[in-house]
Amino acid sequence: MIFLLVLIPFISGIMAFFLRNNPACRGLIVATAAAHSGLTAAICFMNVKTSSNWLFLDELGALFLCITSILFLAAAVYSIAFFREGPHSEDDKKQTAPVSFNTKEAAFSGCLLLFLGSMTLVIISRHFGLLWVAMEATTLASAPLIYFHRNKRSLEATWKYLLICSVGIALALLGNLFLGVAVSLSGKGNIGLIISQLDLSGSETSIPWLKAAFLFIFVGYGTKMGLAPFHTWLPDAHSEAPSLVSALLSGALLNCAFLGILRAHQVCVASGIASFSRDIFLLFGLLSMAAAAIFIFGQHDYKRLLAYSSIEHMGIMALGIGLGQTAAFGALFHVFNHSMVKGFLFFTAGNILSVYHTKEVKNVKGLIRIAPVSGILWMLGILAITGTPPFGVFFSEFIIFRSAVEQGRNITAVIYLILLAAVFIGMFLVVPEMVQGKYPEDIKRPGKKENMFRILPCLVLCGFALWLGFCVPDWLQNILQQALIILENLK
Amino acid sequence: MLINILITFLLITNIGAVASSRLTYCIKIVAAQGVVIGILPCLIYGEFALLPIVIAIFTITVKGVIFPLLLGWSLKTAQVAREVEPLVSYPFSIITAVLIFILSFWLGSRLSLPASFCGYLLVPVAFSTIMTGLFLIVSRVKALTQVLGYLIMENGIYAFGVALLREQPLLVELGVLLDMFVAVFVMGIAIFHISREFDHIDTHVLDNLSDRIPADIRPTEET
Repeated sequence: MIFLLVLIPFISGIMAFFLRNNPACRGLIVATAAAHSGLTAAICFMNVKTSSNWLFLDELGALFLCITSILFLAAAVYSIAFFREGPHSEDDKKQTAPVSFNTKEAAFSGCLLLFLGSMTLVIISRHFGLLWVAMEATTLASAPLIYFHRNKRSLEATWKYLLICSVGIALALLGNLFLGVAVSLSGKGNIGLIISQLDLSGSETSIPWLKAAFLFIFVGYGTKMGLAPFHTWLPDAHSEAPSLVSALLSGALLNCAFLGILRAHQVCVASGIASFSRDIFLLFGLLSMAAAAIFIFGQHDYKRLLAYSSIEHMGIMALGIGLGQTAAFGALFHVFNHSMVKGFLFFTAGNILSVYHTKEVKNVKGLIRIAPVSGILWMLGILAITGTPPFGVFFSEFIIFRSAVEQGRNITAVIYLILLAAVFIGMFLVVPEMVQGKYPEDIKRPGKKENMFRILPCLVLCGFALWLGFCVPDWLQNILQQALIILENLK
Repeated sequence: MLINILITFLLITNIGAVASSRLTYCIKIVAAQGVVIGILPCLIYGEFALLPIVIAIFTITVKGVIFPLLLGWSLKTAQVAREVEPLVSYPFSIITAVLIFILSFWLGSRLSLPASFCGYLLVPVAFSTIMTGLFLIVSRVKALTQVLGYLIMENGIYAFGVALLREQPLLVELGVLLDMFVAVFVMGIAIFHISREFDHIDTHVLDNLSDRIPADIRPTEET
């Protein structure tokens, strides 16, 4: 049953390459997304336990699977509007898109579906080697998506993404090999690199290798996750990709890389060196938040603004895991909240781009008069992502903060608050200007109604993010608690 | 004995890749490395068995034949000037390669390794290959040379992994190779596009995207 989760996107992805009919491509994307989320819901609610040595789904994976599935469904609906409005709907004025659209739509749909399949494979793989293979596959499937606009800037972004992430992931492969050395030194026989079975405690010689393995995996997958100082590809890729791809990169792909690191962390916890791996998480978490806070100030491109915000939130998650205990629960909850909010923020950014045809903050004014729904969504989204109550993001950030204070780590807590405040200020230096203000004369209003397919996914995700602030549904609560037990080895 | 000769050959190719000034020669060196690395599993495995032979054949085909052909193709179609164009001078590059080599031997001597590793120069040479690859990526201008650096780095990782062959299932090895194959394929296409858009494949033209330059004076079209 789990097998189907990967098989369906892969098969339909390959099919999409051969379709020459654009409506069929759109239909295929939506159908696959619906099938994927239906299957995910069925597996999560019916609690299907099928696991082999290669594939399995524990609650930790289920959390990430739900996020990916929900976000992809939203992106699939959004893609209808994106395709329908044609290739130039999201063009920047400065750039030209030279290549014809018809051939691109098939390839784009195919890569999008393969991207979904490889992300799902990352989430459900049980073997560290398979996890690595799937992780590299996500890079390769998403690189053509970033190059969608076929101009110099997107090419530059794609090249950076491809090279930096490939080198990073190669380092993670070395980390996996070190893990293999650690296992064979532990004298526990041939247990392989099976996630959730590795326990190297009590083996003096294998612990240094395990530490080295964790470091390499952390740096490798951390590159992909966008932790500072390995984040350099991220703002470029997020700003140059079409908005629905940016939403998937930020809301789903970064999470998958995070999951990869969490799997290595799981081994560290089981082997009794949790304090080592937590310190690494803590250090790079704070570093990422600080880097994001610095670069958000004076940012002139609103999609880059969101990209740096993603780096900040990856930092918050890493910090939460680094603090452990309740903060780890907060971090897992934060993964969910961040993906929902960042997903609809990038969709809304796409809406803004399709109206103004510029990514410059200073050229976007009077959004609320030109596109009222997008304007309100943009404001709400920025409020939510900066951690304003009553959105879910506020509560997960607050859980992490409270846990830091409870553990007596006051300095960490204070730095955390200062950085959050800095990001808040940095965002609100530019955003109100965009929403209010006098709109430029030469902007064409998009008619009385904005495209429903562009608005609907945003509204649904926004509503969901708001709902999570008021109550956490039982199934999510359950998954989060089980995931925490798995992660912190609390059996 | 044979293993050590092959490993030493790997080491020499590293120095050769760093020192050479011609791209075609660099591609040949990477191909030679691919063949050497392909033979390694058979020798290390010791006995005659299907698994290492399958992997060896697969590796030699991919790393020794397909990659060089692909890279040669993109070199030809992109009409790249044949020089490597390093950011640091060749003598300095060679000195760095030697320093990397010394560092990795020191590192290798300090590690506690499983029995299957001992007696071989494999681990230090693998480390030095990985670091040489990284050095090539950061010190060379051309996109194609960066891909070559990536391949050399991957070769080093693969050489390290070969010693673990008994623990690693075949499927993982095949998956890794498949991924690399696609990666190089995609990179080759990207190089083709870079050369078409910018007329050459120097990566220092890829600097339009940054946070430092304000929007007003940012150059939009560069030749």
